[in-house]
Amino acid sequence: MSAKTNVLFDLPGPKARSRHRLLAVVGAVVLLALLAWVLVRMDDKGQLDPDKWLRVVSGEAWRYYFVPGLRSTLVAAALAIIISMGLALGLAMARMSDNAVLRWAATLFVEFFRGVPVLIMMLFAFYFLVMMGWFPSDVNPLIGTVTGLVAYNSSVLAEVIRNGVASLPAGQREAGLSIGLSPSQTRRMILVPQSLTAMMPSLVSQVIVITKDSALGYMILYPELVTSARRLGSWAGAPFQAYVIAAVIFIIVNYGIDRLARWVETLQRRRGRSAGPIADAEDVPMVGAGVRGTVNAPAGG
Amino acid sequence: MSTTTTLRLVAAGSIAALALTACGSDGGSESGSGDGDGITIGIKFDQPGLGLKDGDTYKGMDVDVATAIAEKLGYDANQITWQEAPSPQREQLLKTGQVDMVVATYSITDKRKEEVSFAGPYFVAGQSLLVAADSDITGLNDTLDGKLVCSVTGSTSAQQIKDAVPGVELQEYETYSQCADLVANGTLDVLTTDDVILAGYANQAAYQGKLKLVGDTFSEEKYGIGLPKGSDQCEDINGYIKELWDDGTMEQIIADNLGDFDYNKELNPPEAGGNCT
Amino acid sequence: MQTILQDFGLLAGFWMTIKLTFWSAIFSLVIGTFVAVMRLSPVGMLRQVGTAYVTLLRNTPLTLIILFCSIGIYGQLGIVLAGRDAPGGFIDTNNFRLAILGLSVYHAAFVCEAIRSGVNTIPIGQAEAARSIGLTFGQSLREIILPQAFRGAITPLGNTLIALTKNTTIAAAIGVAETALVMKNVAEFDPGLLWTAFGLIAAGFVLLTVPMGLLTSHFAHKLAVRR
Repeated sequence: MSAKTNVLFDLPGPKARSRHRLLAVVGAVVLLALLAWVLVRMDDKGQLDPDKWLRVVSGEAWRYYFVPGLRSTLVAAALAIIISMGLALGLAMARMSDNAVLRWAATLFVEFFRGVPVLIMMLFAFYFLVMMGWFPSDVNPLIGTVTGLVAYNSSVLAEVIRNGVASLPAGQREAGLSIGLSPSQTRRMILVPQSLTAMMPSLVSQVIVITKDSALGYMILYPELVTSARRLGSWAGAPFQAYVIAAVIFIIVNYGIDRLARWVETLQRRRGRSAGPIADAEDVPMVGAGVRGTVNAPAGG
Repeated sequence: MSTTTTLRLVAAGSIAALALTACGSDGGSESGSGDGDGITIGIKFDQPGLGLKDGDTYKGMDVDVATAIAEKLGYDANQITWQEAPSPQREQLLKTGQVDMVVATYSITDKRKEEVSFAGPYFVAGQSLLVAADSDITGLNDTLDGKLVCSVTGSTSAQQIKDAVPGVELQEYETYSQCADLVANGTLDVLTTDDVILAGYANQAAYQGKLKLVGDTFSEEKYGIGLPKGSDQCEDINGYIKELWDDGTMEQIIADNLGDFDYNKELNPPEAGGNCT
Repeated sequence: MQTILQDFGLLAGFWMTIKLTFWSAIFSLVIGTFVAVMRLSPVGMLRQVGTAYVTLLRNTPLTLIILFCSIGIYGQLGIVLAGRDAPGGFIDTNNFRLAILGLSVYHAAFVCEAIRSGVNTIPIGQAEAARSIGLTFGQSLREIILPQAFRGAITPLGNTLIALTKNTTIAAAIGVAETALVMKNVAEFDPGLLWTAFGLIAAGFVLLTVPMGLLTSHFAHKLAVRR
């Protein structure tokens, strides 16, 4: 934390510093006591049995459960982000189009799927596909999961693109029109590309949302990380332990993506290619590195 | 970052995703139905004692029954392709020809018979109770009153026990193994579903000696071998099922997979047949 | 339609959704504000704990958090949130409260970030002025910073509320009888009604969330601090 972040309070003096140190010790002791209590309780229930833990971190657990599970999670997330991005571009264009029918259709799509829970969409898509029997059975859960993710995230991303365009200086549009581009050409060639560049950080952090949400595939038997943990739990007779490891993997992966998002953000800022200020908030940093945009509404998952 | 860079990133992402998908598919089964060279059989992958994926192999009562039947149909064990048959997808797997047969705790019901044919039953299971080894619950009676009963979401077993003993409280999870774990550690009192599934948990290494089956069975679930509607192998398989029981193979399979499971001797061996149409 | 509404308990499911949303919204606001204060505080220890809280909770899927509430907090630690004789049944009441716990601690991480972004909208001069007239950290937070931060954070807080409403469906993982469970039961027992069930549930959620969105933008505009 830089000195700038400390506008909320005076820099602690020697007395305050020693008080803080004392607080830190007390806090650490409290946390350790809590941890100890948790461990004792778990031991009472036989959950510290080393066999249970060894089975869920064994080579077999990784080879047959966690690694394939993580791969399925990443496949669903990657497919979802790519399709969502493409669809979002189309929706955003349609929503800004001069054609009223197109505009209304896109608005309806966006408003509807922003409101429908991802899980409900997934359940519907999956059972619908099962009923229809169009695809091999082991593909149905993947399509169901991706459909649920895409319906919601494409709507959200479409709004991000649209807001990005709205926040561009009016001169950009005027310049486009004045050199003889049509309104739709102006949008396509000048406005949307700038909006896309500016939304890169939100896009990368949307990946976290999608990665976490892919865990909802648990309910439709998509063999992602949580489903794999559940199966590992059945195989090893240690469901709780398997979920703990799955949670740790999720935290590490998402934390990694989060770091990546911040890195992209700083890279962009340093290059100064970011398209104008989207949030004035960034100009007055009181709390260290900026809290990123509100696109990052809590995911389910 | 320019638009081209953005596009390039998206393209790179697509390629990565495709590559991942490609890797993903090699772990799965070769789809397609039996074309003379082999047979694809749908089983459960996560049901201890019945159909459980254990590394690259599969084990359990259903797996052994399926292997024995396939052998009698003329397939070697290495000609069998195992495919997962999750409960909601079993009819579709058969109807679309993705599997040639389903052996996955598949109860014969009139509703299902509209869509698929059944050989068998090869085993008659019945709903029962699994409790902690030191539990004082004795069966479907007053000892259950006020107890915490666990089953899976949307199962009929849950409703049946609630109707029989209104005083019970119901916990529903997505999977039996979560129930089994919480019954073993004393948080919940009872896991209820078909006795043969319960026996699978009671005999799992992690729970050996911690769980026991109690009481008589109080329903009849006729496990059949699911086949595509009107399959011409159906009657043959009925004959093979009878042979498995007659020559003691079936008892061996049960003992191998479910230990000392005391199955219902009045209903087993069942009369296989009558469900082909 | 009658079947879905009554036999499958869709109306009861929606009532459950509303109850889960209501309580989780209150608790997540309280916890989230608390964590935000920790992250803003002068004490390094509190800042670290607050940061760790947000990092851990925000990066774990809600499905796992809610499962942990049931099989971890209840199943392993033996903590119960309802009496054995609770009206409405011990298991149902306990699961309902465990789901609220899971939803609250998860969304609190987002509430915390929303409030911090609200703090970001306040000019530095406000905090400097507060300190220069001799207000302590607690006083300036209470009197100057937080009131403005909440007003600046209405939009992200509203978004969190909308997400929370939809995320209550995940309570189905531990058997709380809300709409996702209804959907699942319809799909398994009466697949012919799948479209109807989806239509009704989707419409219900749109009806719940659209007004939230409208109110959010209304208040975000009305309560915005003029700068």
